[in-house]
Amino acid sequence: MLGRLSFADIPLDVPILVGTFLGVAVMGIAVLGLVTYYGKWGYLWKEWLTSVDHKRLAVMYVVVALLALVRGFADAIMMRTQLALAYAGNPGYLPPHHYDQIFSAHGTIMIFFMAMAFMTALFNFVVPLQIGARDVAFPFLNNLSFWMTAVAFALVNVSLFIGEFSQCGWLAYPPLSETQFSPGVGVDYYIWAIQISGVGTLLTGVNFFVTIVKMRAPGMTWMKMPVFTWTAFCSSVLIMVSFPVLTVAVALLGLDRYFGMHFFTNDGGGNQMLYLNMIWAWGHPEVYILVIPAFGVFSEVVPAFSRKPLFGYATMVYATCAIMVLSFVVWVHHFFTMGAGADVNAFFGIATMIISIPTGVKLFNWLFTMYKGRVEFHATMYWAIGFMITFTIGGMTGVMMAIPAADFVLHNSLFLIAHFHNVIIGGVYFGYICGMNFWFPKVFGFKLNEAWGKRAFWCWFVGFYFAFVPLYVLGFEGMTRRLNHYDNAQWHPWLLIAEVGAVMIMFGIVCQVTQLYVSVRDMKLAENRDETGDPWNARSLEWSTSSPPPPYNFAIVPHVHELDAFMHDKENGIDTRQAGGPYQPIHMPKNTVAGFFVGAFSFVLGFAAIWYIWWLAVIALVGIFATVIARSANQDVDYYIPAEEVARIENEHTRKLMAQAAE
Amino acid sequence: MSTDHSAHGGSSHGSAGSYVIGFVLAVILTAAAFMVVMGHSLSPSATLTTIAALAAVQVVVHLVFFLHMNTTSEQAWNNKVFLFTLGFVVILIVGTLFIMGNTAAHMMSR
Repeated sequence: MLGRLSFADIPLDVPILVGTFLGVAVMGIAVLGLVTYYGKWGYLWKEWLTSVDHKRLAVMYVVVALLALVRGFADAIMMRTQLALAYAGNPGYLPPHHYDQIFSAHGTIMIFFMAMAFMTALFNFVVPLQIGARDVAFPFLNNLSFWMTAVAFALVNVSLFIGEFSQCGWLAYPPLSETQFSPGVGVDYYIWAIQISGVGTLLTGVNFFVTIVKMRAPGMTWMKMPVFTWTAFCSSVLIMVSFPVLTVAVALLGLDRYFGMHFFTNDGGGNQMLYLNMIWAWGHPEVYILVIPAFGVFSEVVPAFSRKPLFGYATMVYATCAIMVLSFVVWVHHFFTMGAGADVNAFFGIATMIISIPTGVKLFNWLFTMYKGRVEFHATMYWAIGFMITFTIGGMTGVMMAIPAADFVLHNSLFLIAHFHNVIIGGVYFGYICGMNFWFPKVFGFKLNEAWGKRAFWCWFVGFYFAFVPLYVLGFEGMTRRLNHYDNAQWHPWLLIAEVGAVMIMFGIVCQVTQLYVSVRDMKLAENRDETGDPWNARSLEWSTSSPPPPYNFAIVPHVHELDAFMHDKENGIDTRQAGGPYQPIHMPKNTVAGFFVGAFSFVLGFAAIWYIWWLAVIALVGIFATVIARSANQDVDYYIPAEEVARIENEHTRKLMAQAAE
Repeated sequence: MSTDHSAHGGSSHGSAGSYVIGFVLAVILTAAAFMVVMGHSLSPSATLTTIAALAAVQVVVHLVFFLHMNTTSEQAWNNKVFLFTLGFVVILIVGTLFIMGNTAAHMMSR
């Protein structure tokens, strides 16, 4: 009846998990209780969970990303604490079985559910507004993508309390991840979480590709497109090309596990090395999928706070495209040591080093944008400058590892761990948080508190160096990744310093939560309000709308004359909004419950398949198909906002602008 | 640049007839691949070559009959994107053959 699920699979014997479960349960009940107390269920369901509005979906993606950040960071600090303790005979507090799940979950969550979700949030919020569109090309698919991501994250977290998670690292290399060596449900949780969220990510890629190709405002030619939209475009292309490779690689692993096939097994003609080849053919483009939009964020933020146009727009675009293509010819640098000859390794090593050229071009573009600009040291700018320093160091250690001979020494050592955290925290994370600080007033109509933003930055920035520079040293001293305990006296002090860094980063996260709290508390204060919709005197079209933007974004679709369309209009006295009309009724997509139900059924399907509860899996599958068919047959998917309503909203905003100008 | 969500400019949606033809072709190609493998009629390397060729034809069938690719001018964007995709697929397949062949030779795994 319940497949291989039994009461014994609930880890009641692990106090850490029981404590976590109680904590999560108390917080969950508190949140549900508050929603019920304030009678907000209907509001939550109608206005948010079933929404197809890209701005609402962006907020929900950020919520998922921040939850994933907290979960992923909890894993990180547990690992650091284990290694600070587990020295010279002390086993630490995490037995290997539990520790292995933690490092696997940390990587999986941070990449797939923190970084990817945050990136999709930025795409969702910024891209349609920047190109003067009223929504994305496929609003329903956008909602569906969100639910696929959210339920996959839920599935990973369920593994904490029912069964176990994968112990095979974030990429589940076979043969360790095969049934022979991992007979439990851990790898199956991993497979289903990756596959379900993969559907969401692929649909996101398609959606934004079509949106950018087809829905730009009149006059916005390719070379008048804001750089963030360019980076979202390149990133979408990479998603469409590379995610199918991940899906196939993980599906073949699933066939091995579920049907006893032999794609990657030790026996029966399997070849594990092909899995490495395929997973990295996705995995390398993936890191560029994440970091290219972060480059886009800096390309918006640095000009806005330097009061200058971006230096070298065209080179920025070409560099982005070059990185997009080159990211596809470097994947072997993740497995130089697998056994290929010098010719293969030399080709991929050199290709890897070449990527640093367009990346260097970008860095100089940002520096020259700041040069002789009136740089305002806003909290947003702190993250941008912190990025430039940190990412450059990470890039240089990356080029070091691109030398195959050096990689033979550094492969799978803590040097590697330090390198990729250096680029992912220093590049991706700093970039997304920078973007969050930058666009927050556009999303909610009030600014984030700056003092707490700077405190968060300093904790993260200094904490990062304390946490990861010791890992570079440990890498040179021969410490490999994923160790549970050790007895080398030389390593111990460095691991203590790294623990201090992790604690500093924890304070950084605390500061960020405080920043959110303080900002919401003070949202009514006049200096925090954003009445004009353009708090930073910025350059692109999203700032021409009110904050928050109306549901239809643009009452009259703006006409783009130049690059930095909104700045051009401001300088030439053109009213981008064309206030006063005449307004037309606006065609809008209706909210839908289909995305939520497909997501919910996918969750059930994944859970049932993990535990071999086949009758439930069949019901869930039927549910998915029925929902999709019902949605396809539904003709009632759109409505019109009447012209009078548009005029009312627009006139109100015009009144606010006038009042602001009069002051 | 249409903001009208119900508009479907630029691509044909096929007819029942073309879907049936596509479906029949797809079934034949799939069955042929199974026959070649399960019948053991060819040498291993010839079997691999044959099913790879059948797979390539299968891709074309799907593109033409299910994804409605053709050479009309409305399809210009689709065709450009297709060529781009083809480029990536070539990088991936040629790269994989290069890497795995070289590795197999050095590791004597085959």
